[in-house]
Amino acid sequence: MLHVEALHAHYGRAHILHGVTLTVHAGQVHVLLGRNGAGKSTTMKAIMGLVPPSAGRVEFLGQDITGREPFEIARAGLGYVPEERRIFAELTVEENLETGRQKPRPGLRPWSVERVYELFPSLVAMRRRPGGRMSGGEQQMLTIGRSLMGNPQLIMLDEPSEGLAPVIVERMAAAIRVLKAEGLSVLLSEQNLFLAQAVSDRASIIERGQIRWTGSMAALMADTAARQAYLSV
Amino acid sequence: MTQILVQSLSGLASAASLFLVAAGLTVIFGVTRIVNFAHGSLYMLGAYIAYSLVTWLPRGHFPFWGGVLAAALAVGLIGVVVEVLVLRRIYKAPELFQLLATFGVVLVVQDVALAVWGAQDLLGPRAPGLRGAVDVMGERFPLYDLVLIAIGGAILLLLWLLFQRSRFGVLVRAATADREMLGALGVNQRRLFTGVFFLGSALAGLAGALQLPRESVNLHMDMAIISEAFVVVVVGGLGSLPGAALAALLIGQMQAFGIVLFPRITLVLVFLVMAVVLVLRPYGLMGRANAAAIVLPPEPPLRALSPKGRAVALAALLLAIALPPFLGDYALVVLSELAIAVLFAASLHFIMGPGGMASFGHAAYFGAGAYAAALLVKHFAAPMELGLLAAPFAAGLLGLVFGWFCVRLSGVYAAMLTLAFAQIAWSTAFQWVEVTGGDNGILGVWPSAWAVPKLAYAYLSLALCLGGALLLRRAIFAPLGYAMRAQRDSPLRAEAIGIDAFRVRWLAFAIAAGFAGLAGAVFAFGKGSVFPTAMAIPRSVDALLMVLLGGVQTVMGPLIGALAYTGLHEQLLRVTQFWRAALGAIIIGLVLFFPRGLAGMGPRA
Ligand SMILES: Nc1ncnc2c1ncn2[C@@H]1O[C@H](COP(=O)(O)OP(=O)(O)OP(=O)(O)O)[C@@H](O)[C@H]1O
Ligand SMILES: [Mg+2]
Repeated sequence: MLHVEALHAHYGRAHILHGVTLTVHAGQVHVLLGRNGAGKSTTMKAIMGLVPPSAGRVEFLGQDITGREPFEIARAGLGYVPEERRIFAELTVEENLETGRQKPRPGLRPWSVERVYELFPSLVAMRRRPGGRMSGGEQQMLTIGRSLMGNPQLIMLDEPSEGLAPVIVERMAAAIRVLKAEGLSVLLSEQNLFLAQAVSDRASIIERGQIRWTGSMAALMADTAARQAYLSV
Repeated sequence: MTQILVQSLSGLASAASLFLVAAGLTVIFGVTRIVNFAHGSLYMLGAYIAYSLVTWLPRGHFPFWGGVLAAALAVGLIGVVVEVLVLRRIYKAPELFQLLATFGVVLVVQDVALAVWGAQDLLGPRAPGLRGAVDVMGERFPLYDLVLIAIGGAILLLLWLLFQRSRFGVLVRAATADREMLGALGVNQRRLFTGVFFLGSALAGLAGALQLPRESVNLHMDMAIISEAFVVVVVGGLGSLPGAALAALLIGQMQAFGIVLFPRITLVLVFLVMAVVLVLRPYGLMGRANAAAIVLPPEPPLRALSPKGRAVALAALLLAIALPPFLGDYALVVLSELAIAVLFAASLHFIMGPGGMASFGHAAYFGAGAYAAALLVKHFAAPMELGLLAAPFAAGLLGLVFGWFCVRLSGVYAAMLTLAFAQIAWSTAFQWVEVTGGDNGILGVWPSAWAVPKLAYAYLSLALCLGGALLLRRAIFAPLGYAMRAQRDSPLRAEAIGIDAFRVRWLAFAIAAGFAGLAGAVFAFGKGSVFPTAMAIPRSVDALLMVLLGGVQTVMGPLIGALAYTGLHEQLLRVTQFWRAALGAIIIGLVLFFPRGLAGMGPRA
């Protein structure tokens, strides 16, 4: 569904991604694990076109989307939920959702404000509240809901558990399972092995801009050596 | 009591027009981050087009209001054309270049208007049925102004509805906060930008068209309104629509009561308010910090000239010294103007390059020097020598005063504040007729007898201006210059090693002002006269163009830029009466084809 081949990316002169290769299969949750600064966020930004890839190839649903503009990539069916959430602070919850709304996609049940509220019921009570006056967990729900409004076929979630209380993290895990059940594919970036384990089918480990390990989540849980080498702090 | 009421009503009427112009400007800035100098030109076009339509159509209610509306829509479309042809290609260019490109548009529109409508003021018809005045508690108040207030209120309401209730409005507000994120959500920014440009331009056009019954249409409308609109937008906070409304009310009232209470200094008052607001609230009444940064072109370390470069520079200098005796009078005057341009550019370069500050009002100090010298000659019968000596100190003093405010701010706000101060200086020269002669200027500012011959004056200009430029160059490589670059490149580290960034910037600003003042004085004695145009916006833009043309981060930049720009200017003046349009087109072309900075054209020195 999403195939990334030997992707390179730079911030100015700093070479950050050194040939990332990664495949997300349809209907699966794929987790990208790695320490701070390993390049998880940069990988997602490069896929999304927010950081222009300097070499390599990104293929989505059989089309080459390398070097396209972010809005085109989003319209092709790729949703992106940034690590910093980037809620529009002065817009209300409902207006934030509106910014994400795109045309329905044939063959997919279209997302609506109501469906987002079904997924995250706690948002209903604050539909008129400015996004800037919400807790971290609520903002995380809102930013996911906002991307879902674009009816993506694959959604990239960059560290959705960051800074959240364990109860909320469990709610995120439940939501990701719902999305998977809907048939959505998910590329998840995480440092939280608990959340990764709870939802993922497959895993890749990134370190210093390169994928060091790829396999099923179960295989990773069995591979203590790999976990210790790349993940333990 | 009634007088106060009538004054505040007339303040509301000006606020209504100001708001229409400022609303478009601020929304365009919020979404595209472009400070659109050409917004005033769109306002002017609105007035001209409405004039043509309304005088061409038969008289009556429907043709009048239909003409006004059609003019607004036409200007909206012109705005779209400008966006698609010019601005769309330079959204990623540094802000300074975008600003210059929009100034290029200003120049082109100026000449188009001149070609189509001529240079004379045009007086449009009054609005049908609204010619008279109404009785407001015994005082007469123009009926049309009441209608204008109502229209202003209605547009405010409509805009509020548009921004709160429509998808377009939600997207515009989202883009103002974080347009990259909005793009990642699938929103095509180009469409949004074009839409915003249409809306903003149409509002400016409407404001211009609505002025038709109030004042004559002329070629100065663009600069007059744009500086006021900048004030409103900056006072309100860049990108904030409610801020623009609030600031328009404030400024409108200031103008209305200023005319009664301080008739001499109304213009100054407005800019003073802006300065005070910016010092108290650096992002305006309702603005946010995220709109701030001006990105100067990338900055390689500054190096002294290579031996080869040094040889070339020396040869050029020798040539400039050896050549004058063989030149005719006209060429000598041009030579002297070139020297003045070099010093003027070098003084701006001093704060922009090593200092990392942008000034949009450098003409203030050029003009201050020119006026200081001229006033000494005129009112105290001082000799030229004294005038030349006093000018840099007078301008430097002004630089100390204005700089104290300006160097605290950065980015667009700093640029706007320097512009505002320059407008204060300009308004003073323009309005203080007893002292400065106002628009008629000061005549009879002639050099001392020995410097009257063109050859002598050319040598004097060369000596003072090139000497000044060389001194500035020395300062760049002196401790002050190192401190300036340190605070520019890394404010925190500079502070850690004991550099007081504020004082360094302040001092640099004043020094640059002083040298600009010297250039201004040489200019005054060369022309024999001074006019307010010596400190008007176009002269500030001249300086910016010269610096950017030569490259901000090159030592020889201002020299090359000043020579290239002055040469170009001379040539254009000679070959076409529409030299403004030609210059504007060249500026736009340069920015379009070298969006990473004009200095990227050649090898860096
Ligand atoms: N805007 C930027 N400019 C320059 N370097 C950056 C920028 N953003 C990230 N980097 C650098 O790129 C590298 C990879 O960063 P990235 O954000 O992709 O890591 P990450 O795996 O997402 O880390 P984290 O778990 O902290 O989110 C880091 O070394 C970081 O310092
Ligand atoms: Mg990250």
